[in-house]
Amino acid sequence: MNLHEYQAKDILRRYGVTTPEGTVVTTADEARAAAVAFGGPVMVKAQVHVGGRGKAGGVKFCKTPDEAHEKASKILGMTIKGLTVKKVLIAPAADIASEAYVGIIVDRARKKPVFMVSAAGGIDIEEVAATTPEKIRYHAVDVRYGLMAFEALELGFFLYNDAKLARAAAKVMQQLYAAFMATGCSLAEINPLVVTPAGDIVALDGKMVIDDNELERRADLEALRDVDSEDPAEVDARNCNLTFIKLDGNVGCIVNGAGLAMATMDLVKYYGGDPANFLDIGGSSNPEKVVNAIRIITADPNVKSILFNIFGGITRTDDVANGIVTALKANPLKVPLVIRLTGTNEEIALKILKENGLSASSDMDEAVQQAVKLAAGGQAA
Amino acid sequence: MSVFINKNTKLVVQGITGRDGSFHTKQMMEYGTQVVAGVTPGKGGQKFENAIPIFNTVADAVKESGANTAVIYVPPPYAADAIMEAASSGVSLVVCITEGVPVLDMTKVYAFVKERGVRLLGPNCPGLISPGESKVGIIPGRICTPGPVGVVSRSGTLTYEVVYQLTRAGIGQTTCVGIGGDPINGTNFIDCLEAFENDPATKAIAMMGEIGGTDEQEAAEYIKTRMKKPVVGFIAGQTAPPGRRMGHAGAIISGSAGTAAEKIDAFEKCGIGVAKRPMDFVELIKARLPKN
Repeated sequence: MNLHEYQAKDILRRYGVTTPEGTVVTTADEARAAAVAFGGPVMVKAQVHVGGRGKAGGVKFCKTPDEAHEKASKILGMTIKGLTVKKVLIAPAADIASEAYVGIIVDRARKKPVFMVSAAGGIDIEEVAATTPEKIRYHAVDVRYGLMAFEALELGFFLYNDAKLARAAAKVMQQLYAAFMATGCSLAEINPLVVTPAGDIVALDGKMVIDDNELERRADLEALRDVDSEDPAEVDARNCNLTFIKLDGNVGCIVNGAGLAMATMDLVKYYGGDPANFLDIGGSSNPEKVVNAIRIITADPNVKSILFNIFGGITRTDDVANGIVTALKANPLKVPLVIRLTGTNEEIALKILKENGLSASSDMDEAVQQAVKLAAGGQAA
Repeated sequence: MSVFINKNTKLVVQGITGRDGSFHTKQMMEYGTQVVAGVTPGKGGQKFENAIPIFNTVADAVKESGANTAVIYVPPPYAADAIMEAASSGVSLVVCITEGVPVLDMTKVYAFVKERGVRLLGPNCPGLISPGESKVGIIPGRICTPGPVGVVSRSGTLTYEVVYQLTRAGIGQTTCVGIGGDPINGTNFIDCLEAFENDPATKAIAMMGEIGGTDEQEAAEYIKTRMKKPVVGFIAGQTAPPGRRMGHAGAIISGSAGTAAEKIDAFEKCGIGVAKRPMDFVELIKARLPKN
């Protein structure tokens, strides 16, 4: 789960990191009022879950409250990489002497949280890695001991020659690490970490991604979710315990298991079609899940055929068949349906489908080809 | 022959009285797995299905039953502790089926089990099966049949799909291992490939990877430099939109975006047969098995 910049900064502040106070607003008038309250120049920053906000025109420097009003009215409602901006953060503009990057991510190869730090901050760290990889230093943390003071200081001295700045940066590293661990993050970064002309170290921007697996046991983290800024269909699917990602194609796919779901999408593409989505109904299926899956898929007007690919292990194929029948009775489909199912309780499933005038294939390849053909306007074989 | 589990595997089931634990324990017993004990704290002294003794702790269960392998079906918030309890009990293999274990929990667990020299499979995996000998986990027994192919995969149902197609074509398996799809897991592709290379009964290997990370690329290098047996590979997620599951920062650290194209390229460069569709495994494996 992605956090907004203002949420990440609130958390960092609680762990002792210095970061400019800001106000989150949803209208241009509120933006002006916030700028008046801060006095002096401000930044207006779009709060959306995408990178590259600045490049897309979602972050602006404003000298006066009137300018803040004007820029906020342009940014609010703009679309950045498919997401509409509904909130902006108004924060006092800071004077910058130098910019650094400090981030932590759980690294699957090292199986540890790994620090990435670079004195080349303020720009995309991807760009630094691609062009000047020697400017990035990595440090893997043994979680049993945490980030030790000397390790933090080594990282501090990698960023700054000045001992006072290196010590201050080391403190920020330890605070960031504490926030990362306590918030169940898979990523936390400060970019840029700036030194002001007065010699203070300040986090000007913060980003945090929380491991979705933490949310079940951490109501405090789940409460940070901003449903308003997520794709409505994906929110709907999550509430129904389905994993759904919308894509641009026209073959709606309903599959059990993430690996098989991806392999099904790939096979659709292999036969010249385009998947409309990724949808995993998960392990323990019940008919209601299937009903919801069909509802979510058919809400997409691009969908020209629907393909079920179910390999029953834990998933009982008769549950899936019952779900299909229930969904179709309530809302007859306007697009053709292709069902492939095999595995647990297959005989019962086939009987249920047959009694309701439906049929199913036991072969994945055959079913995918059929669904692609039907989506392209062809006739059923 | 087989890898990791065989007819001598003696299993303790953690979470044996839960919904998933009890269902799959019955399935494993029906398959012929030697289930020797169960664990549910507070239910020590009772019996599962009037046959399998239940203990309060894994340590008690192992001491009394002589179990050498543990399987875990406990809910996600307790799974990390259950793995560490199993790793402290004297078993040599711990299989964690539980899906949704927080990744920061796993950073601790991984170090803990490594220090004790215990093999962990999973979490978030379907377990493993050595057809005709033993099954630990949730892989449907009836889709498997004994034979010469080792199967290793990051996914559950995709494994079933491939194994089902192999079995239908008359190609059996030594062992099918699901290593799980989480960012931090106990056993990786290379661990399984090494075991299959050392298993005399395994003549060829089918490997199913997916997008994210660099495990498949490292496995490809291992196959090229260290293995004599033929391997056929598949990567799921060629059409997956980039960046939905893995941020760019993860890509920087591993020096790779973990895309399907990169992984397939690594397979091809290392002389691994590439299955473009799940069904392609049948012909590719057939062509690589010794003729007799």
